[in-house]
Amino acid sequence: MSWFKRLTKNISGERKELPEGLWTKCEGCGEIIHRSQLELNLWTCHKCNYHFRINSYDYINILIDKGTFKEIDKKIRSVDVLNFVDTKPYKERLKEAMKKTGLNEAIVTGLGKMNGISVVIGVMDFRFIGGSMGSVVGEKVARAIEKAYKTKNPLIIVSSSGGARMMESALSLMQMAKTAAMLTKLAEARIPYISVLTDPTTGGVTASYAMLGDINIAEPGALIGFAGPRVIKQATGKDLPEGFQRAEFLLEHGFIDLIVHRKELKNKLVQILKLLLEK
Amino acid sequence: MSKFVLDFEKPIIELEQKIEEMRRFANSGGVDLSEEIKNLENKVEELKKNIYSNLTRWQKVQIARHPDRPYPLDYIYLMMNDFVELHGDRYFGDDKAMIGGFARLDNRTVMVIGTQKGRDTKSNLYRNFGMPHPEGYRKALRLMKLAEKFNKPVITLIDTPGAYPGIGAEERGQAEAIAKNLFEMARLQVPIIVVIIGEGASGGALGIGVGDRVLMLEHAWYSVIAPESCSSILWRSWDYKEQAAEQLKLTAQDLIKLGVIDRIVPEPLGGAHRDHKEAARILREILIEELEALSNIKPKKLVEMRIEKYRKMGFWEE
Repeated sequence: MSWFKRLTKNISGERKELPEGLWTKCEGCGEIIHRSQLELNLWTCHKCNYHFRINSYDYINILIDKGTFKEIDKKIRSVDVLNFVDTKPYKERLKEAMKKTGLNEAIVTGLGKMNGISVVIGVMDFRFIGGSMGSVVGEKVARAIEKAYKTKNPLIIVSSSGGARMMESALSLMQMAKTAAMLTKLAEARIPYISVLTDPTTGGVTASYAMLGDINIAEPGALIGFAGPRVIKQATGKDLPEGFQRAEFLLEHGFIDLIVHRKELKNKLVQILKLLLEK
Repeated sequence: MSKFVLDFEKPIIELEQKIEEMRRFANSGGVDLSEEIKNLENKVEELKKNIYSNLTRWQKVQIARHPDRPYPLDYIYLMMNDFVELHGDRYFGDDKAMIGGFARLDNRTVMVIGTQKGRDTKSNLYRNFGMPHPEGYRKALRLMKLAEKFNKPVITLIDTPGAYPGIGAEERGQAEAIAKNLFEMARLQVPIIVVIIGEGASGGALGIGVGDRVLMLEHAWYSVIAPESCSSILWRSWDYKEQAAEQLKLTAQDLIKLGVIDRIVPEPLGGAHRDHKEAARILREILIEELEALSNIKPKKLVEMRIEKYRKMGFWEE
């Protein structure tokens, strides 16, 4: 059987590992994209327009004029009032999330300029316990709203979240009421609030501030809904229609104003803000 | 009275049946058993007190779901007069899981709104098991705006396993409907009293749950998620519902400490399902008292206080 024997060294053993993170496979079309190209396209696929999930600070860099971002309330941190333990203690989950992301919580808020227009901005980060909203996210959103109210600057919130955070139970639920209640003040003062919904935005975040924008904008293909698709499938026993709960589906059903490609988002936001703010 | 008996209620039911038997025997045989009966009755009271003051969180969830528990329409007919039920959201349809209308409570006209379950399979299908669609939340909002227009206070009675997770519900904007309600309830110009009477599951409950005073029945539960779903997501199995209930701190006794609710409404000994009339009498008195306290506050001040109340919710460090 010697003719079947490999005479040379195992080929697979010689395969070189790709430098980590240099190439990324598009989750939309499978295209292998080089990091530099991905960055150039603001983490969207040049072939199929798939929008990758990105970090809070990366998003802020895309929207806010260079060197103008001033973060606020950076030091607020979650406390585990309920002593919540599932397969892991909540305290540990928080520590891990902080280590993994370098963030203190699932949203970064601050002041900045967009083509010279002053805005208050909040950007959620899905990597931090699924972008879930507990007391801190609620409080930071509430403070961002207050900041917009006091400075009379428009508010922009970029959402990506699995919903209210289970580990803070009813306290998380109350953040929905808190953020919605604070938005009434902004509305009464006629200060614009634009909500940007990215992949995914579901549950208690969609059912509070993310759906309450004067203008709701979504990224292409973003999953947006109240109940998650798995829950709906389980509850109804039905197959879900194609494109269900995607941004295009929400546009079709009348719940968002626009779908905007990430590369055009800043210009579109500036255009809208100018229309609203100028005489 | 009740056919459906929870495990931990069994000793009580057994003793009660025994008393019943002794009564029948005494009546038919002319034997005087009054002393023994009285002893047993005292024993039942003791047992009830003992069991009902030491319930686990999961047992409370079970009581809150007891099929004989009074639902909003039961409370309305027992507490109020002249109830006129109003229907429809004026956009899509009439959600049977959400009921509401004007009624008289004591000497006041109120708008009463609630999530309504059914008692058997047929009525549960009709009521969608108390799980509203977007049109339910929009109907509730329409009625609240109507109350505001005619300066009537709003009372909401909550008992829902959640907003319905379905295809149609998503198509018609379940999230938007709930979000809009939170927003509009926060600034409604009339008093709002919220009562969680049974199950208070997540956004589906909060969708009619923003108010000046949030009351909760002694054995009701209120949480960001039902214990079963929490178990399924965090433990990746349906088997940890008891632990999930413990972790979620979802009882009235937990939530008053966390500042989520303002007042606990006592239930008759043994739970509201064992005495509808008494449960309604207690709630009625408390509602009258709460309404009276809110009735003299000017609308502007009322809304300010309401927003401030929610502004303070939660815990953090910095």
